[in-house]
Amino acid sequence: MSAAAAAAAADHGHDGHEEHHHEESFIRHYLFSVDHKMIAKQFLFTAILLFLLGGLLAVTVRWQIAWPWSKIPLAGYLVGQANPDASGMFSTISPEGYYAAMTMHASVMIFLVIIPLLVGFFGNWCVPLMIGAGDMAFPRLNMWSYWMFLTGAVFFLVSFFVEGGPAGAGWTAYPPLSAITPGNGVNLWALGVLFTGFSGVMGAVNYITTILKLRAPGMTLFRMPLVVWSILITSTLTLLATPVLASNLIMLFLDRVAGTSFFVPDGLVAGGLIYSGAEANAGMDAMRAGGGQVLMFQHLFWFYSHPAVYIMVLPAMGIASDILATFARKPIFGYRPMVYAMAGITGLGFIVWGHHMFQSGMNPYLGMTFMVSTMFIALPSAIKVFNWLATLWRGQIHFEVPMLWALAFVGMFIIGGLSGIFMAATPVDIHIHDTYFIVAHIHYVVFASTVVAIFGAIYFWFPKMFGRMMNPMLGKLHFWLTFVFLNGTFMLMHYVGLQGHPRRIAVAAMTDEVVKAGGGGYEFLVQYHWANVIMTICAIGLGFSQLPFFINFFHSMYKGKKAAQNPWRSNSLDWAAPTPPPHGNFVEPVLVYRGPYEYSHPDMPEDFAPQHSPDGSPIPDTTVAPAHS
Amino acid sequence: MSEALAVRPGRDARRALGMTPGKFAMWAFLASDGMGFVGLFAAYIATRLHADWWPDPNNPAVLNVDLTALNTFILVCSSVTMVYALQACREDRIRACAGYLGLTILGGVSFLGIQVYEYIHLAESGMVPWEDNFCATFYSLTCYHGLHVLSGVIYLTCILIGTLRGRYNSKNYTPIEIVGLFWHFVDLVWILLFTFIYLLRPLGVESF
Repeated sequence: MSAAAAAAAADHGHDGHEEHHHEESFIRHYLFSVDHKMIAKQFLFTAILLFLLGGLLAVTVRWQIAWPWSKIPLAGYLVGQANPDASGMFSTISPEGYYAAMTMHASVMIFLVIIPLLVGFFGNWCVPLMIGAGDMAFPRLNMWSYWMFLTGAVFFLVSFFVEGGPAGAGWTAYPPLSAITPGNGVNLWALGVLFTGFSGVMGAVNYITTILKLRAPGMTLFRMPLVVWSILITSTLTLLATPVLASNLIMLFLDRVAGTSFFVPDGLVAGGLIYSGAEANAGMDAMRAGGGQVLMFQHLFWFYSHPAVYIMVLPAMGIASDILATFARKPIFGYRPMVYAMAGITGLGFIVWGHHMFQSGMNPYLGMTFMVSTMFIALPSAIKVFNWLATLWRGQIHFEVPMLWALAFVGMFIIGGLSGIFMAATPVDIHIHDTYFIVAHIHYVVFASTVVAIFGAIYFWFPKMFGRMMNPMLGKLHFWLTFVFLNGTFMLMHYVGLQGHPRRIAVAAMTDEVVKAGGGGYEFLVQYHWANVIMTICAIGLGFSQLPFFINFFHSMYKGKKAAQNPWRSNSLDWAAPTPPPHGNFVEPVLVYRGPYEYSHPDMPEDFAPQHSPDGSPIPDTTVAPAHS
Repeated sequence: MSEALAVRPGRDARRALGMTPGKFAMWAFLASDGMGFVGLFAAYIATRLHADWWPDPNNPAVLNVDLTALNTFILVCSSVTMVYALQACREDRIRACAGYLGLTILGGVSFLGIQVYEYIHLAESGMVPWEDNFCATFYSLTCYHGLHVLSGVIYLTCILIGTLRGRYNSKNYTPIEIVGLFWHFVDLVWILLFTFIYLLRPLGVESF
């Protein structure tokens, strides 16, 4: 048995065992690494840097809403190209600049921060370690996945410096606006999203193959941690949904550069120009197969982008499940229902995209179908929430830093999930569509749930990644500041949204200062302007709340307390590897004897029983020192 | 030994699904790639259904169905030679395998050649991609497929070189099987494409 396992490990580690401790050149080790742990760190560091960019853009957007047409710090550098007058440290932004900032905030956060952090960083880090594999199934494909992502990121970054500025058509890039706006912003945006999409598909093929084929002996599918399940299910979503977005963006790109009119309706007049295919300006020719459809873009876009919402939340659910079970010292409640619930969310996720389009002029009967299928998603989501609560019930809860984030995840996910049900109901959606209510909803799901879970994951796996503990005091400071300010920022959005505050407008309230400075905005929103000011102050506070994290992260990397191999007394296989894990992960091939959540079992000597321990007793730290970190 | 009981060797993941990781990954990729075509096909169908007017593709003045039927035949034949190449490799007839792979590549190259010829011909008659949505959908779908054929030809060439170097035999033929999967997929998509774009006529059009 162990000979076979050794052969398996040698098979799966691309270099074979004997080469695990060789010295690699700097470029091979840090740049073109094929080691899943280094690729995970590449994703992590790239996405954290881009997180700063996305955050600055968010502050630009909020600043303009609270203090319209005032001078905004750094805005001239960020979206100055969309606004020729702007330059320097402090400058005003134009409505186009506002649109560009808003578009790029969402695009950077979704395509370059959250999905890469969850799938690229987190999937890469956890999957091979947690299933007991030496590496991913295709290490070189894995490397390419990172480089494709970086290419996409470069396209995004370059678009900040081209004439006309970055894309300003919303992250949804609805035509006809996205198809006819001049400049190269939207072109670069489309290319950027395409490349991150390629990266996602490459990763998805790799994850699915790795999880299905490279599990250690004894690691049956239902002995996998929920994190691994969530990555498997998310990868299925990525695999099947992303190419549809790619085909959609190819058509948008052709509309922009090749003069086709997939999405440009016949006879569209905008800005004094007739847009309806290059040759059609002469007049409506009867013998011409014309007539692009804007609704087609929306259908194809949301066919990807609705599942993308689940790509952005399922791994976070997996993370929270693992952290909650570890720090409640209890088995996860209803392990199999948790898996089935994730699968159910995925299956339903493919047939609900139309709920983004209730107001688009879609057939109302079709809208009702989408409403019902969307409401169904509340069922598996509720199963998960109740199972998390039941996991906590009468557990010995340890309020370590990762646990705080995981608990916050559950609470925030309930808020984000419930506001989703409001919008799923067509009659309610008529009132709140395109208001700040939807902005509140997406931020509760994507920031307050997912990013919070990602922070939990970073605090949880940091000891394994860098061999050192993060400072718990700074961690708690980071947690509480973030928690307070994120609610301060996003909670009031529900309120102003219900009052009819539209989203995506550069000026909301027609206050006296606005009238003096250039006008715009709505009179009825003046009475809610105080809320916008509070939200913006909280958003700036939220930005500064990340300072303790960055200090903690980079300081602990070098100066933190040395971590034991299994500091959280957790069961899963990643803690069976030395800290930090060497190339090839495991010193000896691991065998798996039980599921990942056997905490506080009455027959076991300790309150945890590692998956690879034959009799359930804790296994002493692996003594072999890795040749390099 | 107790560990043998606990780990149940029959559940070893390395034997899961009855195929190698590479072959499974190709199946997964094909599912993904297929969805890309689904997006373009959906756009084609929606555009065509909503258009006030759509040309009759069977009309020789619009598309050359006869030439493309020949092209379809060539592509299907190249799928047949692909099957023979795999069979030859399984039987350790390496020279025959290389020959069949060569024929498959020839089929792919001929297909691309005829398609480029058709493009040139169409462009000369004024059918350029930005002319109208018939042309836009036609070119986007056939070009996207053509790029797949091109990738397949390059991929097959790499496998042919490996075969000539004696890398594959009856014990190690999976790479040939995997390239075959891709090639058959490209072939299958073309059958759908040919049917939808070249054969299906708008309702109410008189036959020629």
